[in-house]
Amino acid sequence: MAVMSPTMELQAAALARQRRRGAFYIAAGALIVFLFSRDTHWGELATLGMNTTRSVELVKLPDIVVPVLPTVWFLGASAIGLGVWEFWRGFRRTGWLLGVVSFAFLAAFLVWAARGESFSLIGILSASLQLATPILLGALSGVLCERSAVINIAIEGMMLGAAFTSVLVANVTGSIWLGLFAALAVGALLAAWHAVMSIQFKMDQIVSGTVINIFATGLTNFLNQRVMQVYTQFNNEMTFPVISNVFPGLGKIPILGPLLFDQSPLVWIALILLIVIQVALFHTRWGLRTRAVGEHPLAADTLGINIIRVRYVNVILGGIVAGLGGAYFTLGSVGRFDKLMTNGRGFIALAAMIFGNWTPLGSFASSLLFGFADALQVKLQILIGQVNIPSEFLLMLPYIVTMVVLAGVVGRVMPPAADGQPYEKQ
Amino acid sequence: MADLGQLETRPTARAKPQPVRVSLARSALNALAVPVLALFSALVLSAFFILGSDPVVLTAYSHFFSAPGAALAISWKAVTDAYTALFIGSLGNPAQMADAVRVWITTGESKAMLTAFWPITESLVTSTPYIFAGLAVALGFKCGLFNIGAEGQIFIGAIVAAWVGYTFTGLPWIIHMPMTFLAGALGGAVWGGVPGWLKARTGAHEVINTMMLNYVAFRLSDYLLNGPMKRGGAAGYIPISRDIEPSAYFPKFFPDPIRLHMGFIVALGVAVLVWWFLWKTTWGFEIRTVGANPRAARYAGISVTRNFVLAMALSGALAAMAGAGEVMGVNHNLASAFSPGYGFDSIALALMGGSHPAGVVLAALLFGTLRNGATKMQSLAGIPIDIISIVQAFVIMFVAAPAIIRWIYRLKAEGGVEAIFTRGWGG
Repeated sequence: MAVMSPTMELQAAALARQRRRGAFYIAAGALIVFLFSRDTHWGELATLGMNTTRSVELVKLPDIVVPVLPTVWFLGASAIGLGVWEFWRGFRRTGWLLGVVSFAFLAAFLVWAARGESFSLIGILSASLQLATPILLGALSGVLCERSAVINIAIEGMMLGAAFTSVLVANVTGSIWLGLFAALAVGALLAAWHAVMSIQFKMDQIVSGTVINIFATGLTNFLNQRVMQVYTQFNNEMTFPVISNVFPGLGKIPILGPLLFDQSPLVWIALILLIVIQVALFHTRWGLRTRAVGEHPLAADTLGINIIRVRYVNVILGGIVAGLGGAYFTLGSVGRFDKLMTNGRGFIALAAMIFGNWTPLGSFASSLLFGFADALQVKLQILIGQVNIPSEFLLMLPYIVTMVVLAGVVGRVMPPAADGQPYEKQ
Repeated sequence: MADLGQLETRPTARAKPQPVRVSLARSALNALAVPVLALFSALVLSAFFILGSDPVVLTAYSHFFSAPGAALAISWKAVTDAYTALFIGSLGNPAQMADAVRVWITTGESKAMLTAFWPITESLVTSTPYIFAGLAVALGFKCGLFNIGAEGQIFIGAIVAAWVGYTFTGLPWIIHMPMTFLAGALGGAVWGGVPGWLKARTGAHEVINTMMLNYVAFRLSDYLLNGPMKRGGAAGYIPISRDIEPSAYFPKFFPDPIRLHMGFIVALGVAVLVWWFLWKTTWGFEIRTVGANPRAARYAGISVTRNFVLAMALSGALAAMAGAGEVMGVNHNLASAFSPGYGFDSIALALMGGSHPAGVVLAALLFGTLRNGATKMQSLAGIPIDIISIVQAFVIMFVAAPAIIRWIYRLKAEGGVEAIFTRGWGG
């Protein structure tokens, strides 16, 4: 065989990737048909609720009633069709394909799980957004830090510390705003500590992050037992009012009302931050500098950018965002502090950031996936008899799906080139 | 990639030229100074948290200006009480131990010995899973892989060991015991090998995949303990498995209150084995080369993908040994909450031990001792066990950044080389 030129090699690799993607989507479609045709019969219907149980909407939308088998087959066939096209011909842009096929899979699953029953679609979507919010904020914190080449594995610890402080300060001062402010301050403080250890002392950044995680876990558990459980008046429920309680009109909009306005204002702040960071990172001078520092600090230094300062600023900003994520757990949802209440969400956020390829929008998409997975765990309890698989396996599904998607479609991710390396001035 | 040219060791910033002959005693003292001072400083710093959360102490300080002596005395008492309890809980009461030895020598009565030495043996029992799990994460680091999934691998090891332990009956212990242990390790090797294979094959990041597999392992264990592996009979409502056969037990060394079992010796043996493997075999050399610089390794003809799979499988096997060891030596069954987070602590452990087996064993002994002593501190002095995590955090910080310790205590910098712990997200 003749030696391939580099261009031909690249083309061959691209073709192989295209084939693999195609095969993956065909398999996903086949799986839809195979999995979700079981235990149902022709003519069975599924009802997907479009209204909240509170019934405050101005216009009551009709619930979506669909026949189970035709819907599942249609969704499966669509996925297979897209896969076949990708396999043989190839789409020019492939980013949307994953979204469409994931949607087909989830829709087929929901229709199948709700067969012969009614299931609130709005409810699960609304819950997904709620549960995605802390993951999104954590991932944004990660993006801010890592784009300037400082690995932030301490998101979990920052969120936990902020969650604890927010409740304590809000209760002691009686002001929920001061509680929120304290959460941001604690996030910034822990981040500054991380920055000093990893930028100033050039400590291994994963070690430094681990130090903060262990410290925050230990300290919040310790103080929870020594303070919160002794002086229970400091752990009273305090939450921001849900938007639709303040503006009842907004909650009455069909679909959008329950989805977007039956939420804590912190959800909105998170969404706004998402857009701000996405735009700032790719369309402003600050963003360009940040990315330059993350990709090639030496070049950035040559152009007169102060590497150390950019990193300090970004890490502390990241800490503030993580602090907001921590406050969401308490002031934004349950209002009280519980031992280890972040429950690994900081690490999931890290996974969401990697999955989203270090971009805010990508992180948001993967946060929604994990949020949906969490919502499923809560909401599917109602349908547990319907699903007919041990619930534990169902709960594993999102994690396995993440792995399969990562392996089959996303593949190699690209961290910022200098990620994790302390900068030595030459 | 910017990590080109990073070798396994690199000179510290501005290393001073070393004098050719350094006094051996002095260099040993210097090497010990940093960890010892790190532990000391960590305990001092943590004392402030003990004081700051003690209402009695805080009240005393509100009268600080009228009675400063009283406030300081109360603070001193609160801290010494706590740390005395920590010491007695982790190592034992020296006076009681000396007494017990005297009684044993004069009368041959060993009962007092068992009670007196119970705390220190219990510390070794707690250290055992830490050694295994710490080695697992350290081996991953050596190949440039961040195995965040030790906890899940521990569960898999325990599940497989429990199943093999109670399913095969009538085997002699010489076969059943190693079989159970190795089966557990094999389960972990598969569980850890999958993310390694996925990374090698598709580039999917091991941090995500090992974390996802953690959750899968937890759910799997929930399912098994509420279903197929659940113990029948009166205990039917508790998610706990049947007891394993005595032929699969790790034998204990001493009569009953003392739980020290063979797993501890196995752990030390495995640590030596890991050292030998990493530094004395070709496979180990390849793993370390890939960890230090995958690109250079590839140019040297080393298969990076093969070493990713190998290192992750070995790492998974080591972590699983921690789970199998707990089942075979301590619990003798599988319960849903048998691990208080050994796998997550082990990341810190591996970092603290500099990813070197000897360092990991020392760090594991320290962690096990602290955690065991903290239980006593909680019951005697009312200090929540979590203060140990705070101490741990500071110890790791000081050990990982000796510059801080040197700066506090005005020590001269050693001109040696510092090991690289991790390689960030790898690549």
